[in-house]
Amino acid sequence: MIALLLILVPLVSGLATFLIKKEEQVRTWSLLAAILTFIIALLGVAVYAAPGCWTFRANWMGLLNSSFSLKGDGMGIMLCLLTALCYPIIFLSTWTTAYKKVNNFFGLMLLTQAGLMGVFLAMDALLFYFFWELALIPVYFICSQWGGEKRIAVIFKFFIYTFIGSLLMLVGILYVYSRTAGQSFDITAFYNAGLSVKEQSWLFWLFFVAFAVKMPVFPFHTWQPDTYQQSPTAATMVLSALMVKMGVLGLLRWLLPVLPMASYLNGDTVSLLAVTGIIYASLIAMRQDDMKRLVAYSSIAHIGLMCVAVFAEDKSALQGTLIQMFSHGINILGMWVVVEIIERKFGTVKISALGGIAQKAPALTFFFVIIAFANIALPLSNAFIGEFLMFKGILGSRVSEHGTLMMATAGLGVILGAVYTLRLGRKVFFGATNALTEKGTDIAFQEKAILTIIIGAILIVGIYPQPFLNAMDQISQSILKNSDVLPLLRKH
Amino acid sequence: MNAVLFSGLLGVMMMFASFLFKTKAPVRILAILGIVLLLVVNVLESKGIRLFHMNTAGFLSFTGYALFFNTIIIACTLIYFLVSSKDMEKVGSHYAEYFALIFFILAGTFLVTSFTNLLMLFLGIEIISIPLYILTGSAKKDLKSNEAALKYFLMGAFSTGIMLMGIALIYGATGTFEIAKMNIAELLKSNLLTAGMLMLLFSMCFKVSVAPFHFWTPDVYDGAPNVFTSFMATIVKVGIFAGFLHLFYTAFDKTTIQWKLWLAVLAALTLFVGNITAVFQQSVKRMLAYSSISQAGFMLFALVAMNETAHEGLLLYAVAYCLATIGVFGVISKMTDYSFDGFNGLAGHQPLVALCVTIFMLSLAGIPLSAGFLAKFYMLKAVIQSGGYLWLVIFGVLMAAVSAYYYFRVIQAMYFKQGPNHFSGISSFEKYTLVAICVLIVFTGLFPNVIFSWLYF
Repeated sequence: MIALLLILVPLVSGLATFLIKKEEQVRTWSLLAAILTFIIALLGVAVYAAPGCWTFRANWMGLLNSSFSLKGDGMGIMLCLLTALCYPIIFLSTWTTAYKKVNNFFGLMLLTQAGLMGVFLAMDALLFYFFWELALIPVYFICSQWGGEKRIAVIFKFFIYTFIGSLLMLVGILYVYSRTAGQSFDITAFYNAGLSVKEQSWLFWLFFVAFAVKMPVFPFHTWQPDTYQQSPTAATMVLSALMVKMGVLGLLRWLLPVLPMASYLNGDTVSLLAVTGIIYASLIAMRQDDMKRLVAYSSIAHIGLMCVAVFAEDKSALQGTLIQMFSHGINILGMWVVVEIIERKFGTVKISALGGIAQKAPALTFFFVIIAFANIALPLSNAFIGEFLMFKGILGSRVSEHGTLMMATAGLGVILGAVYTLRLGRKVFFGATNALTEKGTDIAFQEKAILTIIIGAILIVGIYPQPFLNAMDQISQSILKNSDVLPLLRKH
Repeated sequence: MNAVLFSGLLGVMMMFASFLFKTKAPVRILAILGIVLLLVVNVLESKGIRLFHMNTAGFLSFTGYALFFNTIIIACTLIYFLVSSKDMEKVGSHYAEYFALIFFILAGTFLVTSFTNLLMLFLGIEIISIPLYILTGSAKKDLKSNEAALKYFLMGAFSTGIMLMGIALIYGATGTFEIAKMNIAELLKSNLLTAGMLMLLFSMCFKVSVAPFHFWTPDVYDGAPNVFTSFMATIVKVGIFAGFLHLFYTAFDKTTIQWKLWLAVLAALTLFVGNITAVFQQSVKRMLAYSSISQAGFMLFALVAMNETAHEGLLLYAVAYCLATIGVFGVISKMTDYSFDGFNGLAGHQPLVALCVTIFMLSLAGIPLSAGFLAKFYMLKAVIQSGGYLWLVIFGVLMAAVSAYYYFRVIQAMYFKQGPNHFSGISSFEKYTLVAICVLIVFTGLFPNVIFSWLYF
């Protein structure tokens, strides 16, 4: 029931938002809807053990043997919780941004949330594909209508990239479907499709491209910095904190277990791409003068590490990835909130135009420093837990032949990450003030409250990660069990 | 049989309607009532209630599939009348005659969906084609329309000749016109048969505008009055496709001639030509003409796959494609500027119409939650199930992504750009018909089962 509600509440409230006329009402209504969704998600976590509360199954397309089947496993629940938590924060942190046709904006945002929840919970390949597109289409409209100057061409590129990816995935889904026993889209049928190595090796790329575009993994990332820069901040937050996770989830839930042999065989190739992306994106991030682009490139680097960890197929690497999915969402959301505040206060996000904000806004600086530390995975921050486990897993990977090399190169990304994040902090927050930042003021109570929630989440996971580790333990076990090829290899 | 007879009778009746009624409203109402009657008698026949008994053995066979297809064609025509019948007034003064011609075309379409004899196929195709030539040239004072009609007629007559030749050669090889009696499996290496089949294939390809036989399409679609383009591109096209599938599925399935490979190559070529050319169009109407070529490429998938899924898929494709295209043309015929720029800012002036056009475009592009997605999905599924031709599937998918480019250009123009209003003269009834089409599209996209189980399956 919880699973269904998590999709229905944003869907229905989003559709209703289109009909509301008054601006104040629209904002309040959508915030309330987002908070309601969050409460439902919390409730779901609280009654997690109760049987059937995270599962839902109904007939949908009987002719195709596809059912409306939802289930929250550890990964799905965590990502739903993240989505439900992020939405109120996103709405609150962009509360004062003026939008033309505000009802359409919030309506589309809530529809995206419904799509995201669906992707995280779907246990039927066709349903998964439906929600995958449902999450994409509203974002396309949001970014094209409310974005920056070059938005139309930029967002269109993003749309075409993702659309090609998802269509290729559709072909893959159809092929696996035609090979399942009894022609079913059910996830267990997919896991037991019994595909030959040859089939898996080309199916792998059909699926991988779809997920890689969304994450994005080098070299499928070229849409990302432009899109993040040109989208309205609220949409950028959704894209970077939540949509990226659709790709990682796709890898973990649909790629590894369905195509285990191919994942094993192509793992090193993909890891190589991801590692290249880490170094490449970090180097570019160091040269950026635009805060939005810097955060965008840093995100490519962080996601790259997750991609390497996924294909290490090691328990602690997977656990690290799962925790990092949550942490990365929180951290990057924090970064965007800070960027949004700076843009609103000073009217620019150019690093060279800013400086000395710390003198005028100490509270903002305090929050920023903690978020920045989390971004570079300092101990006691949430990202440290995730990255440490991932590195440990990559190093000890049984399936990768170049675990050490991958780990060492990816580790460089952490150092480079510290360089550009600290450089950002130094240039923007410290040093002397200039004419622009001279008149700056500190943040209001509401912004403090939002940032407190974010750093609260950072510190809780960072200082006491045990409950999270426990929750992720089972799911990483089951992913590994479903995608384990080593016994197969030993037999031959 | 009900549908064929009634559509013929209705056609004759509409011819006399122009003497009876001096104003246009009663003619229109009569036509709409006529099509409803046609729908009723066809549904009755599919439930086993035949009003006339006529022995058509060896010529026509009204199978459940054919009747279902007819139902779809009639229902789409009904929707077409509801959306566009008012715009026919703009074309010329022979208002009732246009309806008469359309009813005759429908009669021809019903022959094509249910023929069992090559002569009937030929007859049906000609009954469809000749009224179409007239409709294309019906804007008598428009040079473009005249040119289109002449072009269509010359090309059409040529392809008819090829078709007749093909039928003659097949008759020479098999000694019969009846597709059930042809015993093609015994004539494995007959050159006569191969030549005949190829000719038949080419002429059918011409009729449904498959590349490289598509050259008439953009000019004819562009030159014909909008209201008739919409009819030609949708109902006529899917009707002939049903016949195309039937012909190759029942008659030529057993030959060892590699016509499937040929069809696969043609499908790929059609997708390529249609999509790539559509990208470069400046007029939405011409873009739709090329996109209809690319949609034909997708419908060819049904012929490549040749299985049960392909049959279901073609039905679904017919529904999805007709609904969306009729809707778009319903809007286009009320625009004063057909170029992409003409759509600029439509969402600001006409939010409801823009929303409808968006849904039509999303459906044509094959975005999930729409009927168009499911139609494409079925086609891909059919080919994958038949085994082989995976390259075609992947190529089709890439081309579908290309098609998103030009369909989304319309959406971009409507929502993200500003411009003067080029849209006028829509009655609230037509507006709600457009909304109803959208609801149908989304509903079919979400619950195709209901449509199928509600009718025959």
